[in-house]
Amino acid sequence: MSEPIIGIENLVFRWSAGVDPCLDIASFEVQAGERIFLHGPSGSGKSTLLGLFGGVLVPERGRLNLLGVELTKLSSAGRDRFRADHVGFIFQQFNLIPYLSVIDNVLLPCRFSAIRHARVQEGGRTPRSEAERLLSHLDLAAALHDRTATQLSVGQQQRVAAARALIGQPELVIADEPTSSLDAERQIAFLDLLSRECVEAGSALVFVSHDRRLAAGFSREIDLPSINRCAAEGAPV
Amino acid sequence: MRHLLFLATRSAWNRRLTLGLTLVSVALSVTLLLGVARVRQEARDSFAQSVSGTDLVVGARTSPVQLMLYAVFRIGEATNNIRWQSYQALASHPEVAWTIPLSLGDSHHGFPVLGTSSAYFEHFRYGSSQGLALAAGKPFADVFDAVLGSEVSEHLGYHLGDHITLTHGMGGEGLAEHADKPFTVVGILAPTGTPVDRTVHISLEAMEAIHLDWQSGAPIPGFSIPAEYVRKFDLTPKEITAMLVGLKSRAAVFKMQRYINDYAPEALLGVLPGVALDQLWEVVGIAERTLLAVSAMVVVVGLTGLTAVILASLGERRRELAILRSVGAKPSDVFLLLTAEGLCVTVLGALIGVILLTLLTALLAPFAQSHFGLVIQPEWISVEEFMLLLSVVGVGLCASLVPGYRAYKLSLADGLTPRL
Repeated sequence: MSEPIIGIENLVFRWSAGVDPCLDIASFEVQAGERIFLHGPSGSGKSTLLGLFGGVLVPERGRLNLLGVELTKLSSAGRDRFRADHVGFIFQQFNLIPYLSVIDNVLLPCRFSAIRHARVQEGGRTPRSEAERLLSHLDLAAALHDRTATQLSVGQQQRVAAARALIGQPELVIADEPTSSLDAERQIAFLDLLSRECVEAGSALVFVSHDRRLAAGFSREIDLPSINRCAAEGAPV
Repeated sequence: MRHLLFLATRSAWNRRLTLGLTLVSVALSVTLLLGVARVRQEARDSFAQSVSGTDLVVGARTSPVQLMLYAVFRIGEATNNIRWQSYQALASHPEVAWTIPLSLGDSHHGFPVLGTSSAYFEHFRYGSSQGLALAAGKPFADVFDAVLGSEVSEHLGYHLGDHITLTHGMGGEGLAEHADKPFTVVGILAPTGTPVDRTVHISLEAMEAIHLDWQSGAPIPGFSIPAEYVRKFDLTPKEITAMLVGLKSRAAVFKMQRYINDYAPEALLGVLPGVALDQLWEVVGIAERTLLAVSAMVVVVGLTGLTAVILASLGERRRELAILRSVGAKPSDVFLLLTAEGLCVTVLGALIGVILLTLLTALLAPFAQSHFGLVIQPEWISVEEFMLLLSVVGVGLCASLVPGYRAYKLSLADGLTPRL
């Protein structure tokens, strides 16, 4: 793939007209298969940036290009579909739908995206067997697969979220502080598993954290405050 | 759409206790609404069918509603009677097929006494042209025979062969009794669900006989005619209260009505029972409409509760909605998810309401028939009830749009990271 996974040029975002912009990025690129550590303390505009990547927010101006598609040119439903098809998300905590089983949580992207469903089948598996494969790879015993999400420990829940982000091999996986609720030892273990699975799925990984100690092992580290020209003003979140 | 349905059902199941209780309240309110609508319909039908097959009700000139009130419902008293000659003149009119004379004024333990002729048992029709049927005994033949309506016999515990005395006037206790001339119960009518059930029927001759020794509403002092001698007198009535007229051809009804209203020897009034019953229903129907309005309010309360429950759940579901957004749900999906939940509870509640009502009516139908003569049709729902159900679902949809829209706005504002 010659197109970058993410391409940003002169992007400006503000929450509403009249307030100061909270993101102003001259250039930001992520290549296919790259694993980026995006360092951002709170207030550096990190959640906003993730919202832009996910297509739930739209920049005021500038280019926001994912997989060669200019997100600003898509309709909001088009951006939702694009996110379902090409991006996997892992959040800080409470990643799972509490009333669904572990397996059903992992299968969610396949329900919303025909493309990811099709990719699983191209791999010669049913969505369920692929979900089970991913869960096993992430060290979740088969006995846990049919449990309700809330019966799992926080660490287990984060691994289920990782399996969900990875199913159907999206081109981009975005992890927003996924380890902050884990203890140090589990943080490293989780990171290793996530990196390994991203490599196997061929997904680029953007890992967002305020904790620089986790940066080791990534192909590149980017400091959000240093590329965001309005971070100094301390815009909220 | 299928994945949304899957999520909606799972999510609802997860909150089955609160949603279940809300469902129960919606279902009960629908049962109440439909129940009231059905009883209202039955009451209206049975009211409209208090008399049928009769082309004209004739009495002294008064208001049509008042004439119906005393002639058909035995409520209130006639201010004027009609002369026997007038009755005979109308009865022998070439257009007239049959007549039933009605003579009112006495009572028995608060139940009205009706003096009439054997034509009553032959020609009186109620409901959809049902004739009177005797549950026991036979029509009156002798002067002091009485035939009881079903409610009279049931309420007072009378059987065939029992002796009863009539009270002069329509009041309760304390009025003069016709104690010297007791009647024998010779027949008991089957329930009709009409005022017939509350009536004691005697012959016109009997009505005349018990008043032989009366004048101006009181026994003539020192003058008494023993029961065994009354047959020696001419018992032809001088006056009756009203009469029911059946015509040979219904087409003549307006002509006949005009003839009666223009009748020269006496000021008479002829009314078409259907028209007068409708007028009367406009008056007594207020209670029934009020009841329907109240039960409609109960449904609105139920649906408001539903909206409140779903709205309240939204707070703890913001995270869930953000997760759904992250895996690709559109804000419109979120809107559908929440709206569908409310709509499903409403539709389900309406269905359960219908089932409950059907069970209840099936359970109560024998009771209603034996006690009130109300024949409750074993139908599922009438067109009117279906329209009511549709409006319930319509209101439910509107109520569900509220949490749907709120969730839509929230998910637009929250994006992938809810501000909790």
